[in-house]
Amino acid sequence: MKKLNRQQMAWRAAQDLQEGMLVNLGLGMPVACSQYVPHGREIVFQSENGIIGAGPLAGKNAADPDLVDAGSRQITVAVGGVVIDSVASFAMIRGGHIDVTLLGAFEVAANGDLANWDSRIPDKGPLVGGAMDLAASAKAVWVIMEHTTRKGGPRLLDTCTLPLTAPTCVKRVYTDLAVLSVGPDGFTVHEIIPGMSQAELQAVTGAKLTFAPDCGVIKAPDLADEE
Amino acid sequence: MAIDKRITSASEAMQGIKDGATIMLSGFGGSGFANTLITALRDLGLRDLTVVANSATHPLAKTQILIEAKQVRKVICSAARGRGKDLSAFEEQWKAGTIELEVLPQGTFAERIRAGGAGIPAFYTPSGAGTDLANGKEIRRFNGRDYVLETAIEADLTLIRGDIGDRFGNLTFRGSQANFGPAMATAAKLVIAEVFTAQEAPIAPDRVMLPGVFVDHVLAVGSR
Repeated sequence: MKKLNRQQMAWRAAQDLQEGMLVNLGLGMPVACSQYVPHGREIVFQSENGIIGAGPLAGKNAADPDLVDAGSRQITVAVGGVVIDSVASFAMIRGGHIDVTLLGAFEVAANGDLANWDSRIPDKGPLVGGAMDLAASAKAVWVIMEHTTRKGGPRLLDTCTLPLTAPTCVKRVYTDLAVLSVGPDGFTVHEIIPGMSQAELQAVTGAKLTFAPDCGVIKAPDLADEE
Repeated sequence: MAIDKRITSASEAMQGIKDGATIMLSGFGGSGFANTLITALRDLGLRDLTVVANSATHPLAKTQILIEAKQVRKVICSAARGRGKDLSAFEEQWKAGTIELEVLPQGTFAERIRAGGAGIPAFYTPSGAGTDLANGKEIRRFNGRDYVLETAIEADLTLIRGDIGDRFGNLTFRGSQANFGPAMATAAKLVIAEVFTAQEAPIAPDRVMLPGVFVDHVLAVGSR
């Protein structure tokens, strides 16, 4: 039984992005998804500082400090891309024009509550950024996160213990152990990593799991775990 | 007398700004920070400023030199976490209780500024509803969903960064430089833009990205 690494988690989520979707990728693992979109599938990546059609990171020669994404990374703009200001970008977000936002998280609850902005690090200032706007108003909120904390505690819970980013918003969760959906009956498991049993997955989850009748195995390619 | 908003001294243009002023600073992620103007503002030695900037801690923004000089009483932002393990200047003062923080969802931050410049005193937004950031704010239900009442923000001074300026104060932005700049320019009594180059010839009307009527002064800084 081998957990998915971070690149494999990003790969798995990227397979579910569909042609023509307008997609916002959060900082960390989510931004890695853009490189794993199946070849030939065109996705428009929105970055909330005003890029519609964010392209790959700029190489050394093309890097321009005036052109950055929401993670302050020097990027390129994809063919057909547009740059707008922050007011227009967030009007787009709040207005429900984003098909999917893929976000990192600390915790997700069985009712879809999302906690991803405040991990209560002593004395460090708060960092909200665009997460609350995205979580509240994207058509679909998908989360990529490790299934458990570093200490092994569950991140999928009946109720979040950390401050919420938005209530009842998460529709899917991609972890290093499973692919889950969130619905009226809580978490439903659709895929599990090879060699892990349903009972083993339930044991590291803080909420009751339902297993889809066609629950299958995650098939991810070998990918080096590097950013 | 022709209109000419181009200036050569930033500090002269800021002479009317007093202690206790509210100041908007544009910029995001290293793009659009008016760092020359912020440095000139710092050198004025004003106190008790309220700074409205998306980040209180971005390493490429000179916002921090105002904080380090203890000129800031309050920050309104969406991000206030320093990157390193050590606390940033902002975090040190926040921990010590000497600086006040109002943290907002970034879209609410942007829209409160837009509202300030657009004659809208307040608005309801879905962002932050059901979270700690809505504590103490009015919640109203529309079509079965909760929304948070947020009020407009206006400022005494806005400092923005553009690419090309002309004598009318018309501006263009390059890359992702615009971010909060256009909205902030509408929401302050005095607006100063620093630009790569300030030309006498007008920018073509359909290429202007911020109309000069929102800009009082343009300072060319000669670098990108």
